Amino acid sequence: MTVVAQRPAETAAPVPRRRRRGTGRQRWVALAFLVPVLAYVVLFFGYPLVNNVSMSLRDYTVRSFYTGEAPFVGWENYAAVLRDPLFTEAVVNTVVFTVGSIAFQFGIGLALALFFAGRFPAGGLLRSLLLLPWLLPLVVSGAVWRWMLDQDHGVINAALRAVGLADGPTPWLTDPGWALPAVIIVNIWIGIPFNLVILHGGLRAIPQSLYEAAALDGAGPWQRFRHVTWPLLRPVTAVVLMLGLVYTIKVFDVIMVVTGGGPANATQTLTTWSYHLSFGGGFAFGEGAAVSNLLVLVATVFGLFYLRSARSSIAEAGT
Amino acid sequence: MRGTRTASGWLRTAAGVVIVVVLLFPLYWMINASLQPGGALLRPNPDWLPVDGTFDGYRKALSTQGGPLLDSLVVAGGTVLVSLVIALPASYALAQLRFRGAQPLIFALLIVQMIPGIVMANSLYAVFSDLGLIDDYLGLILADSTATIPFAILVLRAFMLAIPRELTEAARVDGASYWRTFRSIIVPVSRNAMVTAGLFSFLFAWADFLFAVTLTTGRSIEPITVGIYRFIGNQSADWNAVLATAVLASVPAAILLVIAQRYVVAGVTGGAVKE
Repeated sequence: MTVVAQRPAETAAPVPRRRRRGTGRQRWVALAFLVPVLAYVVLFFGYPLVNNVSMSLRDYTVRSFYTGEAPFVGWENYAAVLRDPLFTEAVVNTVVFTVGSIAFQFGIGLALALFFAGRFPAGGLLRSLLLLPWLLPLVVSGAVWRWMLDQDHGVINAALRAVGLADGPTPWLTDPGWALPAVIIVNIWIGIPFNLVILHGGLRAIPQSLYEAAALDGAGPWQRFRHVTWPLLRPVTAVVLMLGLVYTIKVFDVIMVVTGGGPANATQTLTTWSYHLSFGGGFAFGEGAAVSNLLVLVATVFGLFYLRSARSSIAEAGT
Repeated sequence: MRGTRTASGWLRTAAGVVIVVVLLFPLYWMINASLQPGGALLRPNPDWLPVDGTFDGYRKALSTQGGPLLDSLVVAGGTVLVSLVIALPASYALAQLRFRGAQPLIFALLIVQMIPGIVMANSLYAVFSDLGLIDDYLGLILADSTATIPFAILVLRAFMLAIPRELTEAARVDGASYWRTFRSIIVPVSRNAMVTAGLFSFLFAWADFLFAVTLTTGRSIEPITVGIYRFIGNQSADWNAVLATAVLASVPAAILLVIAQRYVVAGVTGGAVKE
């Protein structure tokens, strides 16, 4: 699910104060219409998130839920998390997973968008079929891929064997060296449709006349891409990459279903680690909260970058 | 149009078909395996067609996962309802009424969309266990709404911005109250955007795994995503039945793509990247 930033032209432009009469009244009316959402935001975002910060500063265990006792320990949870050797591993995995996923999702998505930008019979139908993987529940995609990657009975190993690319079966999900590449492949597959749709929309917006002018000037296909498509697509590219970043960092379902963070934590990211700390038997809610607050920090930084790039991109598009 | 219905056009179509076949292969493989008896799945060389087709997997899926499928239906339907009831009036205010504070609120909605789900799950778990909302339909609906309400507001607001103010102001001049204007003009006119927002809310809640696995214990309710997850977790996982369940869990998405494709595309782009 995605919302790309609204056309900030109108977001940025100060609304001219017109007709003073009515404005004061409208404010109260607007407030009345906003009461449900404001109440919801306070109760289900504000309070839980503040509570989460407070939890991260306490020794919060499963007992705390019954006794209500959770002694204040200051930064102890954060220190424990940072000292844990798993922290470095989770950070490295998160970075590799995110960069690997996005690079290929974007590359393949862009290639497909360019391919489908040309008009040909049934092009629209074929393109919309490609949306299907994106609409499926991630748990379903994860389950299918887990079965396809099965070492002994999976179709991937059978295909590799059939074309002679592999001698023995590849232990995709049981070998710590293969597991991370395996979940990255799955996540790339899931992310391609999103990249395709957004980039396709961006390509559509580039005026055909520019290509015709470039062709008249003798530009070949590569030059047309390099000097027309790429620069004009840049604002959309920035949006896709930023959103990709924000979404990939928080991937949970895919990893949980395909590998569960294993083997030997080889696919443990910050997100799955936070889950395992809080819910994976240890019930170290304080430490889980600490990790998740670090995640909020990362996501917010990228989020602000995204909003900035979206804003300037629209300004560019408007000129 | 250039390139259409020429030799090179058809060549592109052929290439397009190949791309679709490759990328959708996992879906075919899911259906294929869901129709094969468990024993056939364990042969060294898999069957590429379900020649010994059987519906055993589906029978087993329905007998063990029927409850979870219903639970997910209840949660997804409830999420649509809650999201629209909260998002509609908010979108009206943000799109059509003038007041200070609208921009910060929209900004906040964009930001909260980026909060990782695990953070919300961690945070909500503590609050919900105090409120007794663990293992509760209402708890899951309210949790899923943290993702769907901001999305619904942004989609609905983008649409309502395009409703001419003259229309609503004319109603006001005729003596209609704001509430009446909202109910009799804004809501009916926004039907398409409501469908988009509702569809995506449904799909999100139906597919949600994170809240489902953290905010339920499996004692009373169990959404289908958790059902599949626990199904796989069994060491003796019966893949025929697992994948039959996966097919059943995909049905809503497939139906939506067929009957509501244009709403789906509108939702992916959030009505924002200009076409």
